Order: sequence, then C-alpha cells, then structure tokens
Amino acid sequence: MSFFDVIIQTLDSTIRLSVPLLLACLAGLYSERSGIFDIGLEGKMLAAAFAGAAAASVFHSAWIGLGMAILVSVSLALVHGFASITHRGNQIVSGLAINFIAAGSTIILGQAWFQQGGRTPALAPNERFEAITLPGAEAVRSVPIVGPIYSELLSGHSLLVYVAFLAVPFTWWVLFRTRFGLRLRAVGENPAAVDTAGISVAWLRYRAVICTGILTAIAGAYLSMVQSGGFVKDMTAGKGYIALAALIFAKWRPVNAMFACLLFGFLDALAIRLQGAPLPVIGKVPVQLMQALPYILTVILLAGFIGKAIPPRAGGVPYVKER
Amino acid sequence: MAEAAIELIGINKSFGAVRANRDINLEITRGTIHGIVGENGAGKSTLMSILYGFYQADSGEIRVNGKPATIRTSNDAIATGIGMVHQHFMLVDNFTVLENIILGAESDALLKSSIAKARSELERLEREYGLEVDPDAIIEELPVGLQQRVEILKALYRGAEILILDEPTGVLTPAEADHLFRILKQLKDQGKTIVLITHKLREIMAITDSVSVMRQGTMVATRETKKTTVEELAELMVGRRVLLRVEKGEAKAGEVKLSVKNLVVKDQRGVTMVDDVSFDVRAGEIVGIAGVAGNGQSELLEAISGIRKAVSGSVTLDGKPIDLTGAADPGELRQRGLAHVPEDRHHVGLVLAFEENENSILGYHNDKRYLKGPLLDVDAIMADAKDKIAKYDIRPANPRLKTANFSGGNQQKIVLAREIEQDPGVLIVGQPTRGVDVGAIEFIHKRLIAMRDQGKAVLLVSVELDEIRSLSDRILVMFAGRVVGERGPEASEGELGLLMAGVEQKEAAE
Ligand SMILES: Nc1ncnc2c1ncn2[C@@H]1O[C@H](COP(=O)(O)OP(=O)(O)OP(=O)(O)O)[C@@H](O)[C@H]1O
Ligand SMILES: [Mg+2]
Repeated sequence: MSFFDVIIQTLDSTIRLSVPLLLACLAGLYSERSGIFDIGLEGKMLAAAFAGAAAASVFHSAWIGLGMAILVSVSLALVHGFASITHRGNQIVSGLAINFIAAGSTIILGQAWFQQGGRTPALAPNERFEAITLPGAEAVRSVPIVGPIYSELLSGHSLLVYVAFLAVPFTWWVLFRTRFGLRLRAVGENPAAVDTAGISVAWLRYRAVICTGILTAIAGAYLSMVQSGGFVKDMTAGKGYIALAALIFAKWRPVNAMFACLLFGFLDALAIRLQGAPLPVIGKVPVQLMQALPYILTVILLAGFIGKAIPPRAGGVPYVKER
Repeated sequence: MAEAAIELIGINKSFGAVRANRDINLEITRGTIHGIVGENGAGKSTLMSILYGFYQADSGEIRVNGKPATIRTSNDAIATGIGMVHQHFMLVDNFTVLENIILGAESDALLKSSIAKARSELERLEREYGLEVDPDAIIEELPVGLQQRVEILKALYRGAEILILDEPTGVLTPAEADHLFRILKQLKDQGKTIVLITHKLREIMAITDSVSVMRQGTMVATRETKKTTVEELAELMVGRRVLLRVEKGEAKAGEVKLSVKNLVVKDQRGVTMVDDVSFDVRAGEIVGIAGVAGNGQSELLEAISGIRKAVSGSVTLDGKPIDLTGAADPGELRQRGLAHVPEDRHHVGLVLAFEENENSILGYHNDKRYLKGPLLDVDAIMADAKDKIAKYDIRPANPRLKTANFSGGNQQKIVLAREIEQDPGVLIVGQPTRGVDVGAIEFIHKRLIAMRDQGKAVLLVSVELDEIRSLSDRILVMFAGRVVGERGPEASEGELGLLMAGVEQKEAAE
C-alpha cells in the first residue's frame, strides 16, 4: 500500500470517527449558547443509540429507528430542560442524572427485550443507514490524487455523515443569520435583556434544548446504526464528554467545532492505525498511550493553549428574577 | 382636564417577606414628566418594573390611557406603548448596538432585512433627537452614557409613548445629564409621557411637572413640582428633616499619611490614564478629587489601593511604600490601615451571592475578632453585622439575607460600614453616594466628616461636584489623567467646572 493510500485511509477514518463527536458538539452548542450547560450529552447519545438500534431491528426500518432515537433523546432533553429551566435546578446534577439513567436503563431494557447481554440484535443492511455513493465516484476513481480523494474520502459515507457536516454551515447560518439565532445567543449572555425585550426566556431555552436532543439523537443513531451494526452497552465511551471539551476548544462556534472534532477524530484514527506499529526513534508505543492521546491532548489544550475561551455569560445559571 | 396616561390602582407586591409595594395608587398625566423619588429600597424600581411587565403585581389594576390593561410580560407593556430604561442596563454586552435594538423587535425570521430596516430607522431617530451612536459598535466597548442612549433608542424604536427611566443620571456626567434632559423635554413636547426616577432632587425641580414620593413601599405624596421645595421632598422621603449640606469645622491637618509621587498608570489598552500625578493626604483632612468620569480617577484609586499596576511613580502609606506592581496583597494593605470603598460595589466591593453578614466582614475575615481557632466565629460575626446594620440603618435589618436582595443604596451602606468600622488610618472612597438616597447621603457625609475629625486621612473621589465641595478641605481637579489644579473648598462651581472641562489653568484661575 502506498503512502498516499495510507493517508487517504487515515483521513477517511478520521471523518467517520469525528462524526459522532461533531453531532454531539453541535448539540451542546445549541444548549450552551442558550445558557443551559449540558453534561448529559453522553447519556442522550447512549439512549438514542439504543432506541435507534432497538426500533430499527424490531420494525426493520432505519428511519423508524432514527425517529425513535429522536423521540427518546428529545424526551431526555426536555427532562433536563424541565429541571433546569422550569425548576431552576442545578444543571450539572440534572445532566449527570440523565447519564446514569441512560447507562443503566439501556442495559436493563436491552437484556429484558432481546436477551443478548445488553446488546440489540445485529442489524440487517436495510435496517442501517448504508453508504451512499456520490455521483461519478466510480468514474473518477482512476484519476490520480483527485480520484481517490473524491471516491474514497468524500463518497461512500452514510447519509448521517453528510448530515453531520451539513449541520455545521446550517448551525452557523441559524446562529448568525436568523432571528432565532440572535435570540438564542442573547439569552445565553443576558436573559434579563431578552425578558425585557418581550421574549419568553423559558420558551426560547426549551427550543434550544430540543435542538440539542435532535442532534444527540443523530449522533447516537450513527454509533449504533452506522458505525456498528447494533447497540453495545456503553458504546458512547465518553464521546459526550470529549464533545464538551471540543465545544470549549471551539469557543462555542460552529466552524471551529468542526475543526476541533476533526482533530480529535484524527487522533483517534491515528491511534488505531499506529497500534502495534513501531515508530521511528520512539519504538513501539503502548496501545494504551495511543488511546489516551485524545484525552491528554484535551487536557493540554484546555489548560491554556487555546487562549481565553469565554463561555456564554449566563451559562449554568438559572434565570431567577424574583429571589 | 388633561387625561391620565397611566393609572395604577391598589398595587401590591411582595418578595418573600419583603413588602416592596403596598397599596400604591398613582396617576400620571399624559404629556408630562413625572418624577418619582424615595429612599433606597422604597420600592420605586419594583413599581415601575410592574408597570413594564417585568414583575407581576400580587394585586392591583393598571390602566393605560383610561383603559384597563393586562400587563403580564414586557411584551404586553411594549404593545401598550410603554418603554423602560432600567437602573441596571438590559443590554447584551457582546452584541452590537443594532443587534441590541432589534432584539425582540425583529421584522422577520431572517436578520438581514431586520437589520437594514433598523439601520434606517435608527438614522431617523438619531437625527430627530440628537441621539448619536455608532450602530455597529459593540456595547461593552461603549461608555455608560452611550449604553444608556442605546436603551433609550431601544424604547423609541419599539414606538414607546410612555418612557420610564430608572435613575438614568446616576451613571452620567453633568454634561451627559444635561443632554439627556434636553432629549426628555423634546420627547415631552412631542406628547410623550415620561416617568423619571432619581435621587437628585435638583433634577426633579429642574425638569419634572409633578413628583411622587415613596417611602418603605407606600406612596406618601404627590405634588406639583412648582408648588414644592427640595426641603419638603427630602422630608417627605425620609420622614424627618434632612440636612442637605453638612456642617463641619476647620480641618486640623497633621502629618502626611498617604503620599503619591509622579504616578503614571495605563489601562488595558495601554492608554495613559493617570499622567504624572503627585499629592499628599494628611491626617485630619479630606482631599477631594473632582473630575468628569473617565478622566483617570478610577485608575488612580485602583493603583493606590494596589489593585492596578502602575507604570512608574511611588505611593507611600505612613512613609512606607505600597507595592505598585499590581500584586499587592490587599489584606496586608488593610492591616497597614488602608481601607478602600471601591467605586464599583457590584463587581469589586461585594459578593452578591453571600449573606449580608459575610459581606460585612469580607476582607477582614482573618481578623482574630472574627475567628475561633481556625474557624469563623459565627456568633461574633452576627453580632458585628447586627451592630453595623443598626448603626448604618441598613434595610431590611436582616444579616442573613442574600446581599443581592438589598437595594443598591443599602448595598453601598454595607460596604461603607465594613470599611469605616475597621477604623483605618487612611480611607479611600470612590463615589460614596452613587445611587444613594438623601437620608443616606446625609449619614454617609457625617461619617466621613467624623472620620476626618478623628484625625484620619480621607481621599474622596466623586463625580458629584456638590459632594466634593461640601466635604473636601482641598480639591484636586483631574482632567485627562493630570491634576490640573488645586483649590480650596470655597472655589466656585463655575471655576471648578471650567477646570474639569480642561480649560486652561491660568484662564480659570483669573
Ligand atoms: N428581585 C427581587 N427579589 C427579592 N427582593 C427584591 C427584588 N427586587 C427588589 N427587592 C426588594 O424590594 C425592595 C424594594 O426594592 P426596589 O429595588 O424597588 O427599591 P428602589 O426604591 O428602587 O431602591 P433604590 O433607590 O436603591 O434603587 C427592597 O427591599 C429590595 O431588597
Ligand atoms: Mg431602584
């Protein structure tokens, strides 16, 4: 295999690995921009992954699976909203609770329904989101450089991958070009300003939280219905937290979020590719170290290499006007 | 008979145990400027916030232009033509002026057309009222005077016929305040109704047609401005006679306590804010620093109190230098007898989420009086807080209340009580009476004079010329970072005003 092929393959898996991070990161962006911190991305993703795979295998339809994932994830998002918007509870506690509920209930329900040790049945091709071949991908395959880039790297991904990457400009457009976006950004900075401008703070934040639910649902569905052919317990494996780190790293901006997630995805891909392979000078690097690399990088980056990341000013603080 | 624009009938509002408004009745005539005065915590902001739909009354009725109005949210208020400029601005700091103005009043779901429409409308409003402001400026980069202008524009953009202003001049320089009043008069001439809350009785006399007085949640009187006097209003507010000008004897200045030499301070952007300033403050005297806000006074105070880094120069306290690298330990300075009442009590002076008793010892919490072994002595702290509450008449008199729940003037008293009661040798005070009612001003002024008479050195910075003139034994005028003149307390307002405006020293002295 030529060096060029190795690069293409690594980048290809970078894309695949960064998709769930990117979706979760954008999900967190909507919520946090509105002033609701959401540490429960992980739980919502996990629950959605389970609901999606379970529904897809029972109803034999990927779309019903996705619909169910959205339903479950949005419901959990609304629970978080109810606790932190309506009842002005602690957002961290509420988010953590959702993570615990998701981790526990997916295993229990999975075992009760399918008796496969917490797994869902393996999905048939029509129950998954299959790879899409972009027009002309086969025709240009033999063209040097451009051919493989188009046919290997850009073509041949699942629909959800394209959705994830299209969500980036879409989110940017929503945030900076629409009325909803203006209000969303405002409510995360100064809810009293939004309130006195005659806009309902609660309704606005609920809508933000629903957006979060939809995006975490797609992230979860991607994990169980694209990346693997079914649900496996704890399959999110901390991606929700990494997505939060990426969000900070991206300073709560959509395009930055994409690059942050691609970087984390790349490190992941690198770790997989280099597993067991000896490196020049250093020699053989332990697998564990390679796997820990994204986390180490997160810590280093967050410890000060990205300059000041100023979170939305009203983030994490319930809006209380009468004390 | 002129028609009433607003009628409030039997308004009641409680926050927990605090009855902020009780049975308020108020009628405001259309096309007039109506003043509302009252002590700190009297319930003025609460009443107006109810009218604006920010709070909901527990009971009572609101009528607008003779018709009953249900105002449940600010949206309802805006729809009935009411606009409000809040005491603490309701702006999104990192948005542009235009974005703030269209927020909530966007013409459709996409921003582009809303912004274009707002831009041309804004130009019209600017031309009509002389309310110039750069539409693309970021709010946090604008001085407060301009931020307030944005608030007014916001209300006008929404077509407000009734405009409420809650202590608009508290943050303005005299010139800015004059400009504001010209705008208000112009709005009135166009038939708009204006409600003005202020602590400055002079402003009430100068601009309003009628005035209402509130005290401890009730409406005690409404007068025609022409038929009342400052003295009567002050008495109605406080419930007793108030001395509007403190009496004080000759200063007996002693040895130098605080000495500032060739101090140069720059701000974050590297602009020189304090430029080669030197002066001494002696025991037993009050030195006042006058100047229009933003001429380096804040930076000077911060540098002396060790919060801000100085570029060069020196400051000595009792002959020993103060660390000017910006790394001074405020606790150590306090131990050396330097107390500081910062200008910005919200950000620097208090932890709003703490209880009153905690704030009343903050910064002195390592003092052995408040400690029992390694732990805080809660009983001693409570007793101390209660003592200060009684002495400074802090309301409500509850040391367990969260500081955020006190009104602005009472928060100021908490800071003053904490710093003055430590009996420091040198007291530095910035804007001691900003947002404070006349009764409290009288009290604070008396305390400062008493400090002086006990032989303490007091450095006072204030944008209120009256305050500077009635308290100071020596007045230094700052302009563009320099001390441009020193005068005695007998200096006329006009003379000081010229110095403050940066008119050549010699001309002013003649
Ligand atoms: N959001 C709130 N929650 C609880 N208590 C409040 C709230 N707002 C005001 N209060 C209390 O209600 C009373 C009236 O406060 P208000 O702010 O209306 O006074 P004010 O007359 O505007 O005073 P100031 O001149 O200091 O601004 C005070 O005792 C205050 O502590
Ligand atoms: Mg007020």
